[in-house]
Amino acid sequence: MDPSRLPGFLLRRGVKAAVVILAIVVCNFLLIHAAPGDPASVIAGQSGAADERFLAQLRQQFGLDQPLHVQLWIYLKGVLTLDLGFSHRQQMPVWTLIRERLPATLLLTGAAFAFAVAAGVTLGTLAARRVGTWADSIITVIALTFYATPLFWVGLMLVLFFSVWLEWLPSFGMATVGVELHGIDAVLDVAKHLLLPALTLGLFYLAVYARLTRATMLEVADQDFVKTARAKGVPEGQVVRRHILRNALLPVITFAGIQAGQLIGGSILVETVFAWPGIGRLAFDALLARDYAVLLGVFFCTSVMVVGFNLVTDLLYAVVDPRVEVEG
Amino acid sequence: MSDFWRRFRRNRGAVVGLVILALVIAVAAFASVLFPGSPWDMATAPFVPPGEEGMLLGSDSLGRDVAAGIAHGARISLMVGAVSTVAALFIGVSLGAVAGYLGGVADDAVMRFTEFFQTIPSFVFAILLVAIFTPTIGSVVFAIAVVSWPPVARVVRAEFLSLRSREFVQAAEVLGKSRIAIVVTDILPNALSPIVVLSSLMVASAILLESALSFLGLGDPNLMTWGFLIGSGRSVIRLAWWMSVFPGLAIFLTVLALNLVGEGLSDALNPRLARQRGGAA
Repeated sequence: MDPSRLPGFLLRRGVKAAVVILAIVVCNFLLIHAAPGDPASVIAGQSGAADERFLAQLRQQFGLDQPLHVQLWIYLKGVLTLDLGFSHRQQMPVWTLIRERLPATLLLTGAAFAFAVAAGVTLGTLAARRVGTWADSIITVIALTFYATPLFWVGLMLVLFFSVWLEWLPSFGMATVGVELHGIDAVLDVAKHLLLPALTLGLFYLAVYARLTRATMLEVADQDFVKTARAKGVPEGQVVRRHILRNALLPVITFAGIQAGQLIGGSILVETVFAWPGIGRLAFDALLARDYAVLLGVFFCTSVMVVGFNLVTDLLYAVVDPRVEVEG
Repeated sequence: MSDFWRRFRRNRGAVVGLVILALVIAVAAFASVLFPGSPWDMATAPFVPPGEEGMLLGSDSLGRDVAAGIAHGARISLMVGAVSTVAALFIGVSLGAVAGYLGGVADDAVMRFTEFFQTIPSFVFAILLVAIFTPTIGSVVFAIAVVSWPPVARVVRAEFLSLRSREFVQAAEVLGKSRIAIVVTDILPNALSPIVVLSSLMVASAILLESALSFLGLGDPNLMTWGFLIGSGRSVIRLAWWMSVFPGLAIFLTVLALNLVGEGLSDALNPRLARQRGGAA
């Protein structure tokens, strides 16, 4: 893309992202009112158990006796100033709870994503290079397998194998409990705890990226510029790396953006299995306690994360592929 | 039809998938014959390992038969998969048809709406929906349908866009057929094959989604499901591995079978594409 058009592009994408976030807030608001029972008890986060004075205060605060559009306005103003409500159960503002858990989730999803892309693209390239051989078949079968396996079950099986039977790796938490570690030891300890959850979350996406890379590489390999490169006498390894792979990666970037939401969703399951202290685990605990304020907050924050990630991949795409005329 | 079957059969994986799927359906259909009585009832002592005391797949922490749970759970999984896919198809086909056939502002509006649903983290949204509308089989089906229709809308829209300017559609318009009649009787039948392929994959992902929801404790509390079985085996995995291993295998086999059948359907319905793929593979 022409660099001079970048600001306009950024502005259009920014507006679009803002509209999506606004729509999510409205969606949350509608859900609070669609839920059976009193909206105040939904906001309070415990159906029926919250004390009357707190409910009355909430009714006052959210203007629940006023017309719907006024209520929406009050709710919107609250969310946009990062006031995501108050968790009555945990006696803490929802935003504080989420902020505390965010780094753990980012570490987990980041590690899983990096692993999935690196291993997926490698396997997909290998499969495409050896089309029709047993190596290709094995990679295809592995991809199909992980595509059809429930994420949480893969996690449990890894726990069973590596923690229960082999006793190699810890099965829950983010750090060893009751031990004071510093420096490199602490990092290694977290890494050891991270290995299984990141592997679990990454395996499914590895399958997705492997299949995608294989398919697009085969498509690109048929094109004229690849034949030209070969005819010029460019060595085979270079043709694969610089001509085929580089072009085949574009759909992978697009797909990474599309998959961001699923990665976050998957982290809820993985964090539940491994008791990883991120927002997924927070959501699960909130689910058990029917703490709707926290659930709504988690939905809002994860959506914002996905929108942000999509913005980054759009930008990356436009920078990587100069031909792209990104339309509004 | 025989042509279709011949092409389907050529994909060996698809045939294997079809056989597995038939088995799963048979187990679901005959669950009350194979395992009479409620799967919630105690059948033997707790934590009996597989193969002992007549428990083929072992018993759980309350002495319930795991195999009976899996057989009865197959009904719920297949039912939820099928019903929520039908619901999602209904939403997706309607919206896609409107967007593709009308074009212009309607198309723009529908596509923005679709994009919104594709952007939000769908699993988190499904959890929220089920939690807020209390976990029942109805709310689970509703939540799965609400998060799985966007791909259908996209595919249907693309088909309708390319079909609406064809001669047979123009002919129908000249004949004075109503728009709804044209959409339903002329265009839709010609757009069916991608919808069929997509729907087998949707049943597969609906089953995965349902199992994930009930694993988190969001299943209908009165129904035995595969996800619930795994969820209840999670805390005792050191003691009774069979409680989580076998229900997971059931999900894996069913979903794999549906994916394989989907590929076979795609080969059989798009012969040109299949030959291309065959040439490359």
